[in-house]
Amino acid sequence: MSKLKYALYTGCTARESTPELLSSTLAVAEKLGIELVLLDEASCCGASHLQDFDEFLSLVLNARNICYAEKLGLPMVTICNTCQLNTVMTKERLDHDPEMKAKVNEKLAEVGLEYKGTSSVRHFLYALIDDYGLENIREKVVKPLSHFNIAPFYGCHNIRPSHIHYKHNNVPPQGEYDIGEGGGEMLHHEEPLMEKYTHENPYAPTSLDRLIEALEGKPVEYESKNKCCGFHVDLQAPETSNALSGTALLDAIDHEADLMVTPCPLCQLNMDLKQESAGKQLGREIELPVLHMPQMVALALGCTPEQIGLKYNVTKATQLA
Amino acid sequence: MSDTRQTTTTETRRVSIKAFRYNAETDYLPYYKTYEMEVGKDELILDLLNRIKWEHDGSFSYRRSCRHGICGACGIKVNGKPVLSCKQNAQDLIDLFGDELVFEPQSTKRAVKDMIIDKGDFWSKHAAVKPYVQTEVDPHPESETLMSPEQVENFLEADYCIQCGACHYACPVIEVNEDYLGPAAFAAAYRFSVDPRDEAKIERLETTAELGAGVWDCVKCFECAEACPKDVNPIEKITKLHNMQFEEHVAERNVATKHAEGFVRSIKKFGYLDEQDIVLYSEGLGVVKHLSEALKMIKAGKVHPFDLAKKKMPRSKNLEEIQKLIEISKTHEL
Repeated sequence: MSKLKYALYTGCTARESTPELLSSTLAVAEKLGIELVLLDEASCCGASHLQDFDEFLSLVLNARNICYAEKLGLPMVTICNTCQLNTVMTKERLDHDPEMKAKVNEKLAEVGLEYKGTSSVRHFLYALIDDYGLENIREKVVKPLSHFNIAPFYGCHNIRPSHIHYKHNNVPPQGEYDIGEGGGEMLHHEEPLMEKYTHENPYAPTSLDRLIEALEGKPVEYESKNKCCGFHVDLQAPETSNALSGTALLDAIDHEADLMVTPCPLCQLNMDLKQESAGKQLGREIELPVLHMPQMVALALGCTPEQIGLKYNVTKATQLA
Repeated sequence: MSDTRQTTTTETRRVSIKAFRYNAETDYLPYYKTYEMEVGKDELILDLLNRIKWEHDGSFSYRRSCRHGICGACGIKVNGKPVLSCKQNAQDLIDLFGDELVFEPQSTKRAVKDMIIDKGDFWSKHAAVKPYVQTEVDPHPESETLMSPEQVENFLEADYCIQCGACHYACPVIEVNEDYLGPAAFAAAYRFSVDPRDEAKIERLETTAELGAGVWDCVKCFECAEACPKDVNPIEKITKLHNMQFEEHVAERNVATKHAEGFVRSIKKFGYLDEQDIVLYSEGLGVVKHLSEALKMIKAGKVHPFDLAKKKMPRSKNLEEIQKLIEISKTHEL
């Protein structure tokens, strides 16, 4: 296999409250011989909240982030589901709306940049699975996770909307797709288009389960694995957020999970940090370590405790190493 | 990863259907009953519902009417996926989920009889956004009311809604917050608010701006976009309602709007979002309710609010570019 090389868009969380996400991502890449070039120029993706306030500004800022990957001539990888979706939704818009692309590029030109649309944008999870390969990962496992029942928690923005997932998180090289832009095109087809579910079915996703199996862990089958954690309303509606995260955590616990794993640091923060308040609201004690996807991989690949960073997990996780 | 449709489309396939059964008048608890059948390549979920009733159990109940995807009556969930029974090919779902299909009503807790639910909450929330054009109509106009193609384009997608309830009962917030109006009501609010004939835009924006009931309680899970059989894409309309609330100065300064606007403030300063500042800025004095979580984060060494050396915020390289882009690209302020 030729050496894999990506531009890494870290997002904010990995540089602030989840340093363990960045260190474990870099450690996994190093172990697997994947080269990650950090996009230090990038800004926040807006996390869907900036999009609510000022849509055009969010398009400009996200386009600028992609520009820096394009300048390196590298595909971009993300390590946050919300960064992933906001970045590809910008890409989707600019690649299909020449007028908007021109408007955005007019602004970018003021700082000497141009969005071209030449870099793909995928979550690191799918780069690991589809580019590096599960079989190759399995060969590198030095500390099998065979003694753990691991509950995969997928996180909304990696798997929905499915046509966006299919176009952007899919196996490269990408073919020519015409599966609708969520713009009523489906009406013109006789049959519903099921192809968009072939890479990941949002109603029965498998990627994280397969990754857990490759690390010799036992994936927990439970209903909440593709549900929402409620992070995005944590400030204005904490009861909603607690109900959603608490229900998912209890579902995992009731199906004998020893730990939960997620590719999204926002899910991770909400599920890891809010266990006490969610438990209080739902009337049950909740205690379940919640790992970032790269932390789990780093564990199995035998990375150092410093790199895995379990001490930064709020719900005690150091016993897992 | 069951991409087997190419090889199987001409054959019938055996499926076992686990159907949710419940009669609110006679049953204490719901139960599931299994029906085995051979499914042809052109059969729809509606055909299977009919066959359960006609070939197995005449008491099996479900709503059906138009049979061509426009009345919105026959929505159910198959293996958790919201479908319009009369539009959904059955073998496609066997490809997707395997040969055991689980038929459930859109919301099991609202079940009245088998697949039939009480949709009362859906209709009252839909009505709450006044989903019709409100205007003084001249009964004797001198000419027709003309609309430009662009004006129609604005609401066409939202206009495809058939009120089937697929998005509403796929929305996790509907399950935990009974005040929340939900994605179908929001899509309708958007549809009529951008209709050039309508005069109730501000009223609808105010209704949908309310904390608890309105768009600020959307968790952004995209279940509604995924569920819609008509590609209405409700969450996109929710984002547009957010934008319109700011554009029309309906948005009041509260924890949710400050949270959205606070991103600009942070990005301007650092390029990144200052995670601690955004909570402080959005909540104001309300920040005390996050104290216990803040302490947990400090204890784990995730944040260092009192240690200035360690708290140091990361800064994007070429920050001045970001600042300039914000200056020349921002479209409004709160």
